Amino acid sequence: MSLSKRVPILVLRLLALGAAVSATIVMATSHDSADVFNMKFEAKYTNSPTFKYFVLMNAIASGYTLVLLFLPSKNSCAHFILVLDLIMALLLDSSISACLAIGQVGKNGNSHAGWLPICGQVPKFCDHVRGALVAGFAAAVAYFLILLCSLHNLMNLFTFTT
Amino acid sequence: MASEAGEKQESGRGKVTGSKLDLALVLLRLLAFFATLSATVVMALNKQTKTIVVATIGTVPITTTLTAKFQHTPAFVFFVIANGNASLHNLLMLVVGFMGPKWNFKGLAHLAIPVLDLMNVAIVSGGASAAVFMGQLGRDGNSHARWNKICDKFDSYCDRSGGAMIASLVGLMLMTVICSVNIIRLRNHNSNKIVLDSSVNVVP
Repeated sequence: MSLSKRVPILVLRLLALGAAVSATIVMATSHDSADVFNMKFEAKYTNSPTFKYFVLMNAIASGYTLVLLFLPSKNSCAHFILVLDLIMALLLDSSISACLAIGQVGKNGNSHAGWLPICGQVPKFCDHVRGALVAGFAAAVAYFLILLCSLHNLMNLFTFTT
Repeated sequence: MASEAGEKQESGRGKVTGSKLDLALVLLRLLAFFATLSATVVMALNKQTKTIVVATIGTVPITTTLTAKFQHTPAFVFFVIANGNASLHNLLMLVVGFMGPKWNFKGLAHLAIPVLDLMNVAIVSGGASAAVFMGQLGRDGNSHARWNKICDKFDSYCDRSGGAMIASLVGLMLMTVICSVNIIRLRNHNSNKIVLDSSVNVVP
């Protein structure tokens, strides 16, 4: 494959790797505790299944990107890699969306369900989660761009011969 | 005419011919339309009212009325919007699929269908997963954040939203298959165009 086709995908994969790794690490090290009415109120990412799903998806995505960076560009399983790229982009997209929903409840609460917001008590945890969400969003966008680039490279989709 | 016949002859590496593939795609698109439409409608009409006794003063019970509506949760609002968008998109693609051969599409229109499909798949996946995790929070609560579960009080609200989520996930799977098939057909369409143009150039 020519260099002009390989370089954008390589750059995008490096970006996606960096974003996914940083999202995983920032979410996994988010930890805060507060003392409310003599009760210890501890917030970790394992408290919510959504954040565990987010860490798991970003860890899988970063491992997958790391393996793909060291693979030769034109090999026989290029179509299979395309399918895996699509699945990975959709999974990252879903993990981001779920964490945004739960984070919105944590920040604003839900008065109809009687759920109080927790960001006032554990502000460092909320900041960490916000940073991890930004990195996860960047990883999802990078993955979609990788998908479009590999579609173009593999199937010559965006050339028009009118 | 010739291009359509050519497309039917070399439409994909699958064993089915072009017309059978078209029929299968239309069927899948119809199923996906019904799935996303039912997800939208079931979640949009999701409402439950419950009257509970808060206190008793003497012999008079004081009751309060609690309502669970889908508008109370932004995740469910996004779910309704995403699935409504996807069902409109499926309806539009059904119409285009039926009327398509009569219109003569230039190059860019054939690219628009897979791109729109991919966009809607992404939006529906975001909406479905947000609703699923919010529903899990409502069903189990979160003891660490002192959030109580609500599904023991509003059971039919939870059941209906669970049904809507299942319908949306089924629609998402179908739409992913349709999107992949459309992308593969786009490659065949482009290679056919390249073949035709080169043959046209050969003849003086």
